[in-house]
Amino acid sequence: MNYVPHTEEDRAEMLKAIGVKSIDDLFIDISPALRPKSFDIPEGKSEFEVCRYIKKLASKNATDLISFLGAGFYDHYIPAAVDALASRSEFYTAYTPYQPESSQGWLQSIYEYQTAICELLGLDVSNASLYDGGTALYEAAMMAIRLTGRKKIIVDQGVNLIYRTMLYTYTSNLSIEFVETPVVHGQSSREAILKHLDGNTAAVILQNPNFFGAIDDYTDIASKVHEVGALAIQSVYPISMGILKTPGEMGFDIATGEGQSLGLPLSFGGPYLGFIAAKKELVRQMPGRIVGATVDKDGKRGYVLTLQTREQHIRREKATSNICSNEALCALRAVIYLSLIGKTGLKEMAELIYSKTEFAKSVLEKIPGVTVKRSSPTFNEFTICLPKNADDVAHKMVEKGFAAGFPLGRFYKGMENYLLVAVTEKRTREEILKLGDSLEAVLCD
Amino acid sequence: MHIPDDLLYTKEHEWVRIKDKTATLGITDYAQGSLGDITFVELPKVNGAVAQFKQYATVESVKAASDVYASVSGKVLKINEELSAHPELINQSPYDKGYFAVIEVSDESDVSRLVSSADYKKYVEGLH
Amino acid sequence: MRLIFEKNVEGRRGFKMQSPDVPPAKKLDAKYLRKDPPNIPNISELDVVRHYTNLSRLNYSVDTNFYPLGSCTMKYNPKFTETLANLDGFTAVHPLLPQLSGGGALAQGALEVLYNTKKILCEITGMAGFTSQPLAGAHGELTGVMLIAAYHKHNGSRRKYIIVPDSSHGTNPASAAIAGYQVIVIPTDKDGYMDMAEFKNSLSDEVAAVMLTCPDTLGIFNPRIKEIADLAHGVGALMYYDGANLNAILGKCRPGDLGFDVIHINLHKTFATPHGGGGPGSGPVGVCEKLTDFLPIPRIVKRPDGTLALDYHRFKSIGYIAPFYGNFGVILKAYAYILLLGKKGLIEASENAVLGANYCRTKLRGYYDIPFDRICMHECVLSASKQIKNGVHALDIAKYLIDKGYHPPTIYFPLIVKESIMIEPTETESKETLDRFIDTMIEIARLAESDPDVIKNAPITRPVKRLDETKAAREPDLRWKNSIKSK
Repeated sequence: MNYVPHTEEDRAEMLKAIGVKSIDDLFIDISPALRPKSFDIPEGKSEFEVCRYIKKLASKNATDLISFLGAGFYDHYIPAAVDALASRSEFYTAYTPYQPESSQGWLQSIYEYQTAICELLGLDVSNASLYDGGTALYEAAMMAIRLTGRKKIIVDQGVNLIYRTMLYTYTSNLSIEFVETPVVHGQSSREAILKHLDGNTAAVILQNPNFFGAIDDYTDIASKVHEVGALAIQSVYPISMGILKTPGEMGFDIATGEGQSLGLPLSFGGPYLGFIAAKKELVRQMPGRIVGATVDKDGKRGYVLTLQTREQHIRREKATSNICSNEALCALRAVIYLSLIGKTGLKEMAELIYSKTEFAKSVLEKIPGVTVKRSSPTFNEFTICLPKNADDVAHKMVEKGFAAGFPLGRFYKGMENYLLVAVTEKRTREEILKLGDSLEAVLCD
Repeated sequence: MHIPDDLLYTKEHEWVRIKDKTATLGITDYAQGSLGDITFVELPKVNGAVAQFKQYATVESVKAASDVYASVSGKVLKINEELSAHPELINQSPYDKGYFAVIEVSDESDVSRLVSSADYKKYVEGLH
Repeated sequence: MRLIFEKNVEGRRGFKMQSPDVPPAKKLDAKYLRKDPPNIPNISELDVVRHYTNLSRLNYSVDTNFYPLGSCTMKYNPKFTETLANLDGFTAVHPLLPQLSGGGALAQGALEVLYNTKKILCEITGMAGFTSQPLAGAHGELTGVMLIAAYHKHNGSRRKYIIVPDSSHGTNPASAAIAGYQVIVIPTDKDGYMDMAEFKNSLSDEVAAVMLTCPDTLGIFNPRIKEIADLAHGVGALMYYDGANLNAILGKCRPGDLGFDVIHINLHKTFATPHGGGGPGSGPVGVCEKLTDFLPIPRIVKRPDGTLALDYHRFKSIGYIAPFYGNFGVILKAYAYILLLGKKGLIEASENAVLGANYCRTKLRGYYDIPFDRICMHECVLSASKQIKNGVHALDIAKYLIDKGYHPPTIYFPLIVKESIMIEPTETESKETLDRFIDTMIEIARLAESDPDVIKNAPITRPVKRLDETKAAREPDLRWKNSIKSK
């Protein structure tokens, strides 16, 4: 089975038309010396057999844990309409909309996505999506390097370590200097940032809420950053934008983030959705595809891929990025998700998550030996200090049916007893109370 | 094809109008015609230095981006600010309203490396 | 169609949220809060459903139209892989689960998918190791170039150039440049191959790598590929294989055997995962033995007891390319596809892809210029140079094909062929479909002589006619604002 529809007669006719005797004649350029040394692939199976096998693999994964594990990737409810619409094959079996007249559905959807992202972040322009939150942050950093012609970037340690590691990996062959500034009592150290901020600085990168869940108003930092001619970049959690101050309101130049929470399943790490938005004067340094509105010959509104001279297929080695594919289908899920939730719903959802998170704090801090870090306000995630190694505790909590959180010792030296706890709208009062009971029991063991 | 007699040219299809020690730079009618509708121009910074036959600007159409080379070396005195909002001026008026920049010529011997209108005309005709 | 934002009606809701079961928390200080909520629409579920359903119908897709978009391998995407990727047992797994102490046991099935896929890709391509992290083809290229840089750095060799032929995908020079290399471009010779004399002249001990697509973007397999690899290796450069055209050669040759050191595969092309209007893709990168130490972390390893685990202790590793293990959902679909086809099915897929392209090429001979008219692989490149004489460009031909219900082939790529039309029929299209398409192409060639205006006015059957791309670029309108009213 290979989905090839040709019958023997078809094949014979086609070969005859080509003027060759056999299929082998079509591969004459590949001489015997170039043929595979081995091609030891198992023979094919039926659809039923493959499905049975893969379902068996699926059943080996734990999916019944009550999850308070987040760290930038969250277990939100996805309305059924998101799946129903995004699984229309007129969407998912199309390619990049190179021919606008036969791709208006895709192009308009992306234009709507770009609008929604701009609205969420309070900025002027968005692209058609990037691979994930980490690559989006890297692209933002590179925009700043190109725009300023400078080579130094200040990164706050409240930025997800995964993204910081990605930034360093991507730039390891370039001469870019990164300076990390510490988080003090949950918040960015203004003092450290100002100490390093100078005329060589291309950008300062911050995250809100930061990796520890703390929220902040970075308006003061953005204005200092602008005083030296650098750019302010912020990575954000999109659901928080239902209530939290936007990067735009804080005066930031570029905002990025992981869009997984906007209607995408966790799916063991992908596909996810990187979003990026910026002030409009930076648009010509944006990476990737951008959709624009225009008119057709009759003056009717329509959409096209635009500002393509930035891109690799035209500029080649001078392009703003090497990006060709983006995550269009994930961007479509995001705009459908946001449309369903709506302006009112997003605010309510953000408030509900905030309330549940505060409730979880109040439950967990009643456990003897547990301290909730309260030095700064938080949104959906918070840090607790345990009397024991958090990794061990999290391990024992799995036996009780919980993914209790992310042990911070994995990413931060000296925080081996700290656990990062995430709450989404899916977590009920009962589950939160049970989390408290189970944690207390585990700590008493 | 319009090729004014009073200008000097390069084989990269740029023109230059030299008056005393200043030079006005742009791209020729032939260049704008082959680029098609121009959508964006990136111009050098005022007071910056440009070098003869080195890139100093970029001109873009919908599906192409081309480097533009300076006809003479010198300091940028002025750029055509109008072009950022109206790049179509290059298509409509390549030798006048569509000029790119005015340069203070630093080396008058640069002129000897430019092409006369008659020679440029012959060159363009030879391209077909 | 009106935009979803223009359908906003205050008071409407598209989603029923649960009632709060916890007390409302004390309000946050105003300095942390946004002034106004984001202006996304309030709209009913039915309106959302109808809006996006109707938008979907404005697209051409593989499921609705023949889609011979060259270089993109728009083959049929089997449905069963969609079902599998949507299983709760995969979609609900948090990627950090196996990073918790003892958490590997909670994600053995998912790790097995990745581990087995990498093993099978190694065998298909003849490489020693794979990373599943790269999230698309171009992302794989960047990963590959970074691996090459790490390898040379480790060996104390400073190299600053990467060689690419002028027929290459734009992503090749772009990936090389953003990873910090300068690009040397080699022209194509009169037979459609990379110019060997120029290539030899450009080689030096400052060349880090040679990036090639094989078969190349003209759809031609270069029989001197091994010689090219030997020459590159002779100066210590590595060979990079752009896997965009892998669908031509499954079981016929393997990049590893040809002398390639680093390769990427576009799973959304060769292994039939849907491309979703521009993504997600997946671009796993394979390497030869001497480069395996540099692959991104974590690596997935098998323990003596047969269980799988994540290994972070690779000190030569370049680091993280993706936040986790790649586009898992896409990799899973490719894995299921490979299991279903098996050895025989994969080989037949390539054979029939090549058959279809050559069939189109020979049937269209005489009607269109074919700059390199010889046996091609999975795609053939025509030129509209004949039609241009009547003012009909490749673009016009593409637009007329839209009216006839076909997604057009790739046009104006590769850049080295004037007015190029690149047709990749793929193995999943029937002879009847190919014949109808060929007939339409012949009809266009005739119309170009007799009535070129009909072609130049196309399309007329779509919701919009030709769009003003100049206006779009000159006056960028990249988002809806309240002031814009629908026509």
